Parts: sequence; structure tokens; C-alpha cells
Amino acid sequence: MADRVRRVIRDHGRLAVDVDAIADDANLYEVGMTSHASVNLMLALEEEFDVEFPDAMLRRNVFESITAISGALTSLGVQA
Amino acid sequence: MIVEVDRDAAFRAAIRTLATDIAGIHADSVDREARFPIESVDGLRAIGGLSAFVPTELGGDGVAFATIADAAFELGRRCAASAMVFAMHQIQVATLVRHAQPGSSFEQYLRDLPRTQRLIASVTSEIGTGGDLGRSIAAVTEVGPRRSFEKQAPTVSYGAHADDFLTTLRRSPDAEPGDQVVALTSRDQTSLEPLGSWDPLGMRGTCSPGFKVRAAFDPDQVLPTPFSTVAAESMVPISHLLWSHVWLGIATDAFDRARAFVRGQARQRPGEVPPTAARLSHLMSSLALLRAEVHSELASFLAASATPDREQLSTMAQILRNNNLKIAASEQTPRICLDALEICGIAGYRNDSPFSVGRHLRDALSGPLMVANERIHQTNASLLLVAKDV
Repeated sequence: MADRVRRVIRDHGRLAVDVDAIADDANLYEVGMTSHASVNLMLALEEEFDVEFPDAMLRRNVFESITAISGALTSLGVQA
Repeated sequence: MIVEVDRDAAFRAAIRTLATDIAGIHADSVDREARFPIESVDGLRAIGGLSAFVPTELGGDGVAFATIADAAFELGRRCAASAMVFAMHQIQVATLVRHAQPGSSFEQYLRDLPRTQRLIASVTSEIGTGGDLGRSIAAVTEVGPRRSFEKQAPTVSYGAHADDFLTTLRRSPDAEPGDQVVALTSRDQTSLEPLGSWDPLGMRGTCSPGFKVRAAFDPDQVLPTPFSTVAAESMVPISHLLWSHVWLGIATDAFDRARAFVRGQARQRPGEVPPTAARLSHLMSSLALLRAEVHSELASFLAASATPDREQLSTMAQILRNNNLKIAASEQTPRICLDALEICGIAGYRNDSPFSVGRHLRDALSGPLMVANERIHQTNASLLLVAKDV
């Protein structure tokens, strides 16, 4: 799942660095993801994994790293 | 518990007296001369007003946030410039209170504040960032064991009158524009070179020209918490709330002046309801809507702040509501002032009448520009694409 998440981040996260160069637990906001890009990322993740993030999950720290995103997707029933 | 309630009640009473007896008396000269409301700020210092929000654990009065908001409203009824200076200072204090680590220099700063009563200005806007507070060009730069920065700020409210400055900067010269921190520097560490004059339409007493700001300081004067967290959990929502209370104060006084005018007309012809009375009733509806919006978002913010790790504060629904407060209150306030002007007619248009609302209208027109509403609409538009329960 982390690889699929990485691909979505590459297409929509607008990071200042190559997504393959960062660790799973690296803070995406610290490598240049803006709040605008994070919204696009949320939309793209919903499309890619066919889920809807409930409002309680739509918080900054849920999308702050690949690990955090994978955890959120797992809790919505996405299989690793 | 009883002691805390008394502290809040005593602070409210002291602010009301200050608003009426000092801020209100000097409001017209502050506005006319575009001068800093020094009488109000000295009055605030005398009642410990600049440190009121410092918690009792740090030796402060521990006045509740709702009481600080109410004080911004009360001052706003008498002198909007004094109220805005008070509000902006409290935004900086509340930010430090909420993010200062135990044992840090920031905590010591707060411990000293009840005695020092130092006034904090913020240096958040920057030339070249297109008005986006979430991006910086200026950076914290290492100079041996010390740090420095140079920042071109298009506005620094009461910059020439502040004792300390809270400045947003990139974490280091090679950091991304959005990788920001805040630094707190004192006046003797900071030089301000004016970039222009100050002769605006309203809020003239805030004295907010541009400055080239330079500072040399120690590493522990940089708040370790990323500015993105500070902004999301404190600075942005608290700014919107306190500004809105100031605007509610302006609108309430404009309404009060229109009501006094209509009452005067009614007294001249007892038994007849003057035609302006119906318009006053419409105006009361507008004011009630504004008040409800301001108070409901205050309650929502306090509830969200009380959740563990303040996690409710960073939900999209909460951000949307808080952004909407700023938009709604800043748009509604000038409308109310304009309606009050139409009720009072020439008596409201004159600057030398007790029913004058020209200053109110001019002051209120600054609201939609303080972080442009169109920018906030763009943010909300993008959040609405994913938010479900708003």
C-alpha cells in the first residue's frame, strides 16, 4: 500500500523533493506540501483507494506522512 | 473557582471603565491625527491588561479567553484602533501561552510579562509572498552562535510603538517557503527602517506602515513548534475571533448611535413612530445575526480547544467555520455601519455630531482586507471539495 500512496503523492503532493528520497515517516509538510496540495492529495487518495475519509480524519496530521496516510487507509478497511 | 470568576469580573469592569473614560475620549483625536492610542495602551498597562491572559501557574491573572474576547468587543465600541492593538497583542500572547514549552525562554517571557507589560507586534506579512502568511522569504540565518534575519514587511501594526516582535521566517536559508518558524525579538535586538508613510482610510491609530525589519538574537528565541501548527491551532483562529469581536464592537456602537438618533426624533413628536424606527428594527436584525455568528464561533473554538491535543481544532469543519466567521463578520460590519449612516442622515455623516458614524464605517472597511476575504474564499473552496460535515 505504501507504494500506491507514494505514487499518489508523486502525482498530487507537489513536494519540493523526490518522493522516493523520503522515509515513510518523513513529514510531508516539511518537504514542501502546501495545504492546497494536501486537499488534492486527499481527493486523489479517495479516488485511488475508493474510500471516503470521514470528517474526523480530515486533519492535518492524518496526512503528514506516508505512514500516517497508510494507517488512515487501513482503518477505513483498505487491505495492505 | 470563585477567585477565577472574580478575576474575570474585575478585568471586565476595569476594561469597561478604560474603554469609556480613556479610549472613547481620545478616539476622535487618534483617528484624526492617525496617531498611536498611547492613552489606551498606558491604561491597559496600568490594569495589567497586556498580561491578563498569562495563566496563574506562570504568575499571571489567568483571565479566560472569552473574557479577552469580550474586552476586544468593549474597546471596539469606543475606539476601534485601541481595540485592534489590544486584539493583536493578545493574539501574540495567546500564541505563546499555547505553544511555549516548559522551561523555555518563552515561558520565562510570559512569567515576566505581568511585571514588564511589554507590547508585542507581529511581523507576519512579507513583500513578495502575495499575501500568503504560510510562506516566507526571510530566513533564520546562523551568524556564529547567534541568529539573524532581514525581512521586508508591507505592514507592521504599531511597529514603531511595540516592545517586542513576533516574526515569521523560514527555518533556515535552505528551507522551503512553507517550512516556517516564529522568532520573538526585543526592540533592542531589532531595527525597523520605515518603508513609507501612514495615512489610511480607517484604523488610523493602529499605525501600520511597512518596515524593513532586521534582528540579531539567540537561537532559543525561535519557537521550536513549526509555524504551520502554531498558525492552525492558535494564530489564525484566534485572529479571526478577536478581530471579529472588535468589529462587533464597531457595529454595536454604530447601532447605538442610530438608536439614540431615532429616539431623539421620537421625543420631538411624542405619539408618532418616526419612519426611521422601522429601519432601526431592520438594523437590529442585522446586528443580531452578526452577534450570533461571533458568539457561536467563540463557543465552537473553546469546545474544540478543550479536546485532547486540540485535535478538533484542525478538522476541516472547524477551519471552514472559523474562516467563515472572518468573512461573514468583516462583510456584515461595514453594512451595519452604512445602514446606521442612512438612519442618522446628515447627523451621521458629520464628523462633529454625537451621531457620527463616519469613523465606524472607515474603520470597518479594513476588515475585508485584513487577509483578503477572496483569499479565504479560495481556501474554503478547496476545503469544501473534501469536507463532508460542515
